[in-house]
Amino acid sequence: MPEFCGIELAHPVINASGTYDALAARKVFGDALLADFPFSAFVSKTITPEPRSGNAPQRIWETPAGMINSIGLPNKGLEGFLAEDLPQLAELPVPLIVSVMGTSKEEFSRLLDGIAGREEVAAIELNVSCPNVHSGLIVGEQPSETLALLEALRPLTAKPLIVKLTPNVADPAAVAIAAAEGGADAVSLINTLKASAADPVTAAPALAAGHGGLSGPAVRPIALQQLRAVAAAVELPLIGMGGICSGADAAEFIALGATLVAVGTESFRDPRAGSRVAAELAGGPVASSRPHQYSTST
Amino acid sequence: MSAPFGRRLCTVAENRASGGYRVFSLLDREGPEPQPGQFYMLATEGSWAGDGSRPFLPRAISVADTGPAKEGTRLDFLVEGVGPGTDRLCALEAGEGVWVTGPLGNAFVEPRAVNPSAAGAILVGGGIGVAPLALLRRHFGERGVPLRVLLGFRNQQHSGGLELFCGSGGDLCPEVRLATEDGHRGHKGYVTDLLATMLAGDDAASAVVYSCGPPAMLEAVRALCGERGVPCELALESPMACGFGACFGCAVPKPEGGYMRLCVDGPVVRGEQIAEVTHA
Repeated sequence: MPEFCGIELAHPVINASGTYDALAARKVFGDALLADFPFSAFVSKTITPEPRSGNAPQRIWETPAGMINSIGLPNKGLEGFLAEDLPQLAELPVPLIVSVMGTSKEEFSRLLDGIAGREEVAAIELNVSCPNVHSGLIVGEQPSETLALLEALRPLTAKPLIVKLTPNVADPAAVAIAAAEGGADAVSLINTLKASAADPVTAAPALAAGHGGLSGPAVRPIALQQLRAVAAAVELPLIGMGGICSGADAAEFIALGATLVAVGTESFRDPRAGSRVAAELAGGPVASSRPHQYSTST
Repeated sequence: MSAPFGRRLCTVAENRASGGYRVFSLLDREGPEPQPGQFYMLATEGSWAGDGSRPFLPRAISVADTGPAKEGTRLDFLVEGVGPGTDRLCALEAGEGVWVTGPLGNAFVEPRAVNPSAAGAILVGGGIGVAPLALLRRHFGERGVPLRVLLGFRNQQHSGGLELFCGSGGDLCPEVRLATEDGHRGHKGYVTDLLATMLAGDDAASAVVYSCGPPAMLEAVRALCGERGVPCELALESPMACGFGACFGCAVPKPEGGYMRLCVDGPVVRGEQIAEVTHA
């Protein structure tokens, strides 16, 4: 039974934020989802202070061993989340981690004020891959911005604060060190890698937003190296993710310093991938599944 | 009825040519019988990532026919190879394993559920989009819903699936009319020409139109129905990574602003539910 920031978990596999809508999945698959929930903790989609409808399509593009997405964080906003989604997410059989994103310390503070006090919430993940409206800098790309944000937020809650690192920096360990100095309880990595594609038919950018974030097995070796670098730099527990499709993949992240691992894109291909990865990691096969083609090293 | 949770391995029973398309059948031992308009996420068990590691994501394919099989349910899919995913599905061999998630999405509803005074259904299909209408035609036929079927294709190469509507005899049943852009069969022109003529007749005013096909055709159907005040149900298509609401990739703009997720809010939408059918 892994323990993460004082939270007891049934196994080390959780979901990456924004890759699993448990409420939609419950409508599609019924209560079987709850009876066999694929993750040991559930991380919500990122919540912003105000509602967002997300980016115009086209939003996704398949790439070799992965995909690019530019979804644009559609969500109901803080009030909508608290009123409509949180009570339903509280029915999930696992601890709830809420992901939040603001464009200033004030916005982040407002999000924490609304969410941190709710007993349904076990921990908060800070999505810092967006610009600070005051400085124009991406918070998670700057150690100083990350430190300043954590110093502002740390006094607001005793609940675990997890900083989700962006991989789009030269030195992710420096940002992780800043997060630790600011009082973060844990670090998760990696977010998606900035990426583009052109539509071969139209010769235009494949995604309406022009660019997006790459995920899937294609990013896994990059994620492993960033995890290794961060693990060497900070003592905090780490949530490792990036293209995990199998127990063997998860074992690589744990070998290089992850306390927990998160499954993201693989859940699109296999809605029960979290359970499968956890079972494979524990050494037992899952009856209804088979090892995955990316899990071998040859 | 909920889809079974997770993906399951089904076996390919058959894969045959159907004009320029392919029809393959899967044996599903676990799932419920799908309703017309619903779809499945499909990926082969082996060699799903071939050259260049695509296809990577499963493909959303609507079911063209279904029926009881010896040990479960038979699922028939009509596919045209237009990329690495559909090319791989076209090459399926009997006995192969296919990962299946579904049935997913909503379904077409009967005319009287759309409009209590509706007298019948007009099905309008284009290209590979005829697939869900084949199951819908059988479904309505078994329930005694009066129906007419209009099918359009670009040319002989880009056509198929007719036997799913009328059996394998080669003759069209009387309720089916064809249009082809190259004129090799039926009306030379668009299937929407046939629809426009039909909607101009008095007896069509109380129909409900059901349509699936390329975006330009669907938009023409939506516009024609809008002008005539005839309700329509459209089965849309969109890039989709997951099929169960997780990826948020299949966004379709709503007239009032914002987006729906086609996988969980569709794929069947009423004409008035969308601003316009956009090219995905």
